[in-house]
Formats: sequence, structure tokens, C-alpha cells
Amino acid sequence: MTRAALQALLSHWLRSPFQLAMLLAGLALATALWSGVQALNAEARAAYATAENLLGDGTSAQLESPSGRMPEGEFARLRRAGWDVSPVVEGRASLGDTRVTVLGIEPLTASSGGTSAELVTPDLTGFLAGVGFAHPRTLNEIGTSQPDLRPSQAIPIGTVLMDIAQAQTLLDMRGHITRLTLAPVQRDGLTPLNTLAPDLRLVAPGDGTDLAGLTDSFHLNLTAFGLLAFTVGLFIVHSAVGLAFEQRRTMFRTLRALGVPLRHLALLLAAELALFAILAGMAGLALGYLMAATLLPDVAATLRGLYGAPVPGTLRFDPVWALAGMGMTLAGTALAGGQALWRLWRLPVLAPAQPRAWAHAGARSLRLQGGVAVALAIIALILAQINGGLITGFALLAAALLAAALIMPLVLAGGLALGQRLARGPVAQWFWADSRQNLPRLSLALMALLLALATNIGVGTMVSSFRTTFIAWLDQRLVAEVTVTPRTPSEARALQNFLQTHADATLPMQRIDARLAAQPGQVYAMKDHATFRDNWPLLDAVPHVWDRLAAGEGVLVNEQLARRAGLRPGTATLEMPDIGVLPVLGVYSDYGNPLAQATLGLDRFTGAWPDTPVRQFALRSENPQALITALQDEFGLPGNQITDQAQAKALSLAVFERTFLITGALNVLTLSIAAIALFAALVTLSGMRLVQLAPLWALGLTTRRLAALELGRALVLAGMTLVLALPVGLVLAQILLAVINVQAFGWRLPLQFFPADWARLAFWAGLAVLAAALLPAWRLWRHGPHQLLKVFAHEK
Amino acid sequence: MKPCLAAFATALLLTAAPAQAQGFAGLGTTAEDFSVPERGRELTFPQDHGAHPDFRIEWWYLTATLTGDDGQDYGAQWTLFRSALQPGEAAGFASPQVWMGHAGLTTADSHFAVETFGRGGTGQAGVTPDPFSAFIDDWHMTSRAGPDSDPYDRLHIHATGHDFSYDLTAQAQGPLVLHGDQGYSVKSQGGQASYYYSQPFYDITGTLHLPDGPVSVSGHGWLDREWSSQPLADDQAGWDWFSLGFDDGHRMMGFQLRGAQVFTSGTWIAPDGTATPLPPDALEFTPLGSARVAGRDVPVRWRIDWPEGGVSITTEPLNPHAWMDLSVSYWEGPLRFSGSHTGRGYLEMTGY
Repeated sequence: MTRAALQALLSHWLRSPFQLAMLLAGLALATALWSGVQALNAEARAAYATAENLLGDGTSAQLESPSGRMPEGEFARLRRAGWDVSPVVEGRASLGDTRVTVLGIEPLTASSGGTSAELVTPDLTGFLAGVGFAHPRTLNEIGTSQPDLRPSQAIPIGTVLMDIAQAQTLLDMRGHITRLTLAPVQRDGLTPLNTLAPDLRLVAPGDGTDLAGLTDSFHLNLTAFGLLAFTVGLFIVHSAVGLAFEQRRTMFRTLRALGVPLRHLALLLAAELALFAILAGMAGLALGYLMAATLLPDVAATLRGLYGAPVPGTLRFDPVWALAGMGMTLAGTALAGGQALWRLWRLPVLAPAQPRAWAHAGARSLRLQGGVAVALAIIALILAQINGGLITGFALLAAALLAAALIMPLVLAGGLALGQRLARGPVAQWFWADSRQNLPRLSLALMALLLALATNIGVGTMVSSFRTTFIAWLDQRLVAEVTVTPRTPSEARALQNFLQTHADATLPMQRIDARLAAQPGQVYAMKDHATFRDNWPLLDAVPHVWDRLAAGEGVLVNEQLARRAGLRPGTATLEMPDIGVLPVLGVYSDYGNPLAQATLGLDRFTGAWPDTPVRQFALRSENPQALITALQDEFGLPGNQITDQAQAKALSLAVFERTFLITGALNVLTLSIAAIALFAALVTLSGMRLVQLAPLWALGLTTRRLAALELGRALVLAGMTLVLALPVGLVLAQILLAVINVQAFGWRLPLQFFPADWARLAFWAGLAVLAAALLPAWRLWRHGPHQLLKVFAHEK
Repeated sequence: MKPCLAAFATALLLTAAPAQAQGFAGLGTTAEDFSVPERGRELTFPQDHGAHPDFRIEWWYLTATLTGDDGQDYGAQWTLFRSALQPGEAAGFASPQVWMGHAGLTTADSHFAVETFGRGGTGQAGVTPDPFSAFIDDWHMTSRAGPDSDPYDRLHIHATGHDFSYDLTAQAQGPLVLHGDQGYSVKSQGGQASYYYSQPFYDITGTLHLPDGPVSVSGHGWLDREWSSQPLADDQAGWDWFSLGFDDGHRMMGFQLRGAQVFTSGTWIAPDGTATPLPPDALEFTPLGSARVAGRDVPVRWRIDWPEGGVSITTEPLNPHAWMDLSVSYWEGPLRFSGSHTGRGYLEMTGY
């Protein structure tokens, strides 16, 4: 009996292979997008963990000097006092054909916690004698000139691990170290560190460069996108499952009448769904993996550019990820198919076998839907007033989008009613009335379309607004014609002497790492110069800000810091390490920087941290090309250490574009899924609508006319949806710019409008809708008479 | 020969081997790059109390048999090992000198062991000849001798781990003793040798800080100084080394190197410091009973026979489980002996 029942149930899919394909495609796409995004996130997080585990930094406190370096004698001094510390030297250096982060450790005293210990211990003598380790990709970039480097996947990309003595030589830091790592367990009764080394700062474990924390917002963004795509995919599944249920009503009744118990039948249907979920889930996982592997290089580039996070560009396969993705698919299928099963459960044995519209929304349920939409809108308004962080921001987004989606059928119904009132002639009146009649059956697919379109508009507006602002900001920030990066402190001194006569102005870039308002941050020095006075992108400032800054009377802070710590120029103050409390003189925009930043006048800076090396010189020159040539001739500087303004801008823009490349890709995918959802709904509807269309045909309307009317309806509905999507998208953009961005990155951007983008989107969306409506219309046109006749023959 | 040192050196040499095979310059795993001990070179003090960076391995090794004011027996060990990746010294972290400190403390029912590492050049670890101090981290063995006496005549010793520490003062009651041929000590039939001398006549007082609280102790101590560049013969797998203080005032150092052939050697020291080198095979070592320690069988009870000297004694460890469970692991602990003579001493065993 079970076998016969199962055969009967499955035979439906054989007769409707297209429906089956729709169901499987919907599930597979939803799974692919969701799991693809998860794979990207997991890979990035694994890379952060690699970086943290290298020295066991997650568990060890660090001792740092505000100037970024200390004499190596500090190490011996603390060891002789009984403290279990190990020195680390870290810095950037040219190695072979590239620049890398050189990480020098002292393996004899290093704590055994980090992965570096596992690497070094098997051949300690070799390591001490100069053998280093780097990621295979880094080795490729370095080239063959460094035979003493061995490959290791445990090293973050762009980092070279070596013995401290080698690192000191490479970084020109002989006699100095960057910081001291404290072993997690220290002996009792030692002289306290603040007595022993009052100049050194103790940084608690995980406080330094918390990549996971910094990049959280980025990953939350990705997750939200993945979830949105998943939801849209579930719309497809819901349509397909609901339709299959409706079409098999007769079969259910017959099976029940033949004695199949209800529980049994429900179980069989659930098993069928689960089977589809597993099949589609596996396909989706494969797709998702492909998608993630394709997008990962860009995501990696984004994370490196935005946060300096070392993420490799190649994807590994993780079974946990696959299981989680499959679980999500099963749960999603249960959610999308649950309604059908529930209705089966409540189906009376002798229920009429008439197929009824599956989501038959009466006036009452429409009112209910409207009520929920209004409630959600109110919640969104309340959430907009709360400054509650990123999660609140996303809740606000979700509430606003959902409210818009739920209210849409009501608005469409109103629009169609208006159309009906304005219509003249019987066919036109039928057209509008029939559209209203069918709206409930299409509304889910239209909601999916609305979500996809609104997201497209919202995210597109956000990105374009960002790009416009960012380009203007780059022009303000990158005024210097040439930037040169000295390789060593001695080269910096030589450069400074040389540049005094060769450049119109030499603006040294010096900085120290510091904690500002309890956040990881940096303090920069700024020379008093017209370059900054005329161009620096100040968002807010006290009067005479530049004079006061030059006089050392206060600090400038970046927008991120100002927002997070609530600093307003004129009233706020900031505690500066080694200096004390200084008034905040101004706030400047600082896009693309995850860290808090403060800027001091050069004299005040060098007074507090006299030994800080110059990391970069920004140079003003009438003839930048001649200056670059002179620098190359005089110092033999390689190309990557001299950057002209155009290069710098191009580089920044490239980072920017790559940042949003993934956004664009996800946008396209979401829209495609919405188109498929609409396609599924239209195709299923076209099968059921024969009953309604047959009488019109019998009255004399040609199948060609009928097909054109069907096409026209799809376009009208899609057009109305697009018109609705525009304001929803702009609200979304405003939320992204004013709430999500501020929470995630710390900067707020002005909303700008890009009608050309909307027109382009309208065109593509129209094309997608047309493509979705074309097949059902074409089928009606080609096979019409024969099928329409059948309606009467079956006396449905 | 103090086996542990050799074990330490062996460990470093073993890891160096693949590097050498890959041709990394300057590792100098062949003894030719280092100085080698020469018969007939006269040891001079206090200079030779300091480090010899041109030799591959060296150590300052103090053991003490102690009795607490609670009447219990204790043993303490303090060692600083030096192992050079290349001959010579360089400033800062570029120094090729690797230092390792070991400290042990033995009671009848507990054994504590701790180690620490460092490299020369930075001031974290090393030996300064004048004033004499051997140190690593906050451990040290520092001379407190007067200006006209040998720096080793009076030493202060300190070491500390997470669960124990000790402070000891060692006062020499006799002269330095040169082993072998005026300090040139042969280690195998193949001719491997080291420079080797001792100060076996210390009276020791001090305090042990144990988890249960401090204990005042007094007793006797023995300082070994040895340096060399030649690894042991290929087939020599382990050592059993004894330093013995006889109740009648004599001292005896004796060891056997276990290989294809067993190589034994020793020194008989009169109460006035007169040293008599014992020729190879003059001493016989017979294991009498073993204990299961750290997953292996270690012979912790021995009979030692020196027929020509009329010595036939049986040793009994204070704690059979005196295993130094460190990067380089070995057995090292205090003992009492009886038989033809009675007294206390220290035993070190490696290669088990």
C-alpha cells in the first residue's frame, strides 16, 4: 500500500517535470547563496584565527612601548627580574619582489602556545641559523631569491616568520624589539611591571588588533545578504510545493478513500519533501562552493584592503559547513512546505476535489496582512529611533522590508481597482478584474520581486553614494603629488636631507599605535602646512582649528572615533597616552579605516614620542615625474616605494571597487532568483487559468490576443512592483547609509540619487519579467485551442 | 661526564643534522670549527671558571645533599648549560650561544624539576668571569668570595620554578680538583675528551621553599665544570654518573658510559684534595634494582666496586622517582650508600 501510494504521489512529478525542476532549482539556489556566503565567512574567520594563533596572541598579554619599539635590553631586564617574557620584532620590509610583514620571534623563550612553536621546534637549530617560514603564496610573491624560507600554511599570507636576529637585521632594528609577549602564567611574588617598566604599556590578550571584531560588520553584511537570498529562494519552494499540493488534492482524496491513513500520507509527503531537499541541497552546496571559490579572491582583497586582514584567496572544503548548509536547506524546506502539510492534515476525507487557488486570500486575510504590515512599519520606526548597534540596524532593515512586502498586495489591489474603474470596454474591464482576481496567487512571487528590486535599488544607491563621496574625499586626502616610503630609519634621514632641496614641501608621516577611548587606534603627526589647511576633509571643527593644532592645543579625531566615543569639537576631550587629556579640535572623514585615529601637531607629537621613525614622506612638487626620477637615481628605490598621486588614487579606488564587487554579484543573483520565482508562479498559474481563459476564447478572443493580455498583465504587475520598489529601495539605502554604515564602519554618508541606475534596473527587471512571462504566454498561444477545448471536454 | 649535558648537546646536534645536510652555513657541526681539548694545556683560574665560547658545550653543575631542620633528607641541583651553534660570541640576539638552565629539588616523596632557555648576547643568560656569576633569568650562581680567594670558594645559588625555589650558600672547605690528566678527561676508547674539574668540598647552608613552606637546610655540595667540543662516540647511548661524599672525608667521582663497550672512569679524592685518577675499568658498576619511572625501567640501586681501593658500596636513592621530566629528560637525585664505606652522594643517569 505504501509503495502504491508513494508511486501515485511521485507520478505527479513525472507528469510535471517542469514543476519539479522549479522546486529543485529554488531549493538549490537558496542553498547555494546561503552556504556560499557562509563559506566565505568561515574562510575569512579561519584566516583571522591563523593570524591570532601564530603567536598565541589570543591568550597572551603584550608589553608595548608607545613609540612602537624598545631597546632589546628591556627583554633581558624583565627576564632577570623573573618575568616570563619573550621578545617580538615586527615590521614591513622588502623581500625579493614584494613587501612583507616580517615577524621575528625568539624561540627559546617564546611560549609554547602558538602555531609558531609547532613550526619551529622540529628544527630549532635551523630556525636559529636563519630558516624562515611563509605561506606558499607569499613565497611565490617573494620569488626565488630567498632560499632559506620554507612553506607553511599556518603563516598568514604576507607574513614571514623568522628568528628575531634575522628580523632585526632585515628591518634595520638591531638592538631594538617591537614588543614583549607575556606567558599566560607568571610566578607569584615578582616585582610589579608598572614599577619595573613604567614606560611600557600592558595590552590585555586579544586587545591589540582584534581582526574578528573589526571585520564582524563586514561578515554580518554578507550573512544578511545570504539570508535575504535564501528567503527569496524559499518563495519559489513555497510556490512549487503549494501548487503540487493543490494539483494532487484529488489524488489525496482518492488515496484516503482507498484507506491510506492520514498520518501515513503526511509522512510520505514529508519524506518526499525531505528527499527533494537533500537532492537539491547537495546540488546547492556544490553551487555554493563554486560561488564562494569564485568570489573569495575579491572578498579576500576587500578584507585585506579594508582591514589589513590576511585572508587567503583559495577555499578549503569544510564538512561542518556542508552539514550546516544541508541543515539550513532541510529547515527551509520544512518551513516552505509546512503549510501544505498542515492543510493536508486538516483536509476532510470527502473534501471537494476542486482545485482552489492555494493561497486564497479573502478580504479578511488581506486586512490581517495589512495590519501586520502596519505593525511592522511601526516597529521599524521605533527601531530607527534606537541607537542600538548593528543587530538593531539589521532588525530595522528586516522590519521595513517585510512591512513593504506585506503591504504591497494591498497597494497593488488598490492600483488594479483604480485601473478597473478607469477601464473602458469589456475586454479591458475583464483584464483588470481578472488581474485583481489572480493577484493573491501571484502576490508571493511579486513580494519576492519587490524585495529583490528594493534591495537592488537600496544597495546600489548606497554603493554609488559611497563612491561619489569617496572619490571627492580622495581628492582632498591625496593632495601630495608623490609619496615615498623609506626602507629603514637611516634611509629616512637621508631622504629628508635630500628632499629639503628637491621637493617643494616634505610632509613626514609618523604614527604610533595607541588605545584611544578604549579602542585600538593610532596617533598621527601632522606638519603645519597649507596642504592640510586647504584640503583636509574636516567634517566639523572649532574656529582657528589649524592654528590651535599647530600650537599643540588639541587633537583632530577621525569620524569613526568621534561617533563611537561621542566626541564633538569644542566640548569634548580625549585622553592621549603619555600626554594626558587634550580638547578635540575637529573631526575629519576617514573612509576605509577600521581604526580609531587622532592627529596631533608635529611638534606636540615629537615632543611626546621623539624616537618615532618616519614611515612615509608625502611630497609636494611642481614636477613630480622629475622628483620620482631623482629619487630613483639617488636612492635606487624600487617602484613599490614611490607612489605618485594618480597611482595612489587608482589603488584606493581599486580597493573600493573590489569591496563592492561581491555586493554587485549578490545583487544580480538575488534578482535572478526573484525572476525565477515569478516565472514559477506564472507557469503554475497559466496551467490553472485555462478554466478562466477557455470561456473568453469561446467568446471569440484569439489565443494570440489572450497571450498578449497575459504578457501585458505580467508587465503591468511588475511595473507597479518596480514603482513601489523605488521608495522602498531609497528607504533601504537611507537605513544602510545612516544606520548600518555608521554602526559597521563608523562613518555616515550623504544620500544621493542615481536615476540612470534605476532606469537600467527597470530595463533589466522588465526583461526578466518578460522572460518569465513569455513561456506561459507562448504556450497559451501555440497550444491554446487544443488545451482550451480540453477544459470543456473535462467539464471542469 | 655529566650525561645530561651531553644529552642536551646531542639533542641540539641531532636537530642540526638536517640543516647541515641542506648546507646552511656556519652551523659548524664538525668539531674542527670549534676548539678541542688538548692534553697538557694547563687550566688557569679564575679565567677558566668563565665561559669558553669557542668550545661547543659547557656546563656549571652543582649538586647538594642536604638535611633539613625537620630531620629529612633533601637534594638540590642547579645547572647552567651552554651550547654553541657556532664558535665565538656576537652581540644581541645574533649570539650563537644557547643557554639552558635546569633546577631540581628532591624530597623523599616529591621531585621538582624546571628548565629555562635563553641565548647569549642580550644579557638574559651567560657567565661573567669577574665578578663570577653564572645566570639565566633570575637564577644565578654568584661568587661571594673575598678579593684574594678563588671566586668558587664562596657561592650564592638561587633557582625558582612555579612551585619551588631555593637559596643556598656554598663555602668551599678544600681545593679545586682536576680530573683525568690535569683536567684533561678522556671519555671513550676512541679518545673523545673534555676539560673537567670540580669543587667537591662545599659545606652548604640555605633555605628550600617548598609548597608546604620553607625548610632550613645544611649539607654538602659538589660543583662540576666541564667543557668540550667533541660529541661522544656514536655508540654511546647513556651514562651513569656518581659524585660521592664519604663520611671519612674522602670524595669519589665515578661514571660509566654505556655503549658497545662499557667505558668507566673516576677520580679518588683524599680529604686534602689530592686526586688520584682511576684508570679505565678500575671501577665496576652493577645495577641491583630498578624502578618504573616515567614509563621506563631505571636502575636506581647500584653496587660500586673499586677492588684496588677496597671500596665496595651499595647505593640507595632518596627518591627513586627523581625524573627530570624536561625537554631533555634524565634521572638525577640524591642517594645514601653503605657497605665498605658510608656516605651520601648524587646519581645522574641518562639514556633510559
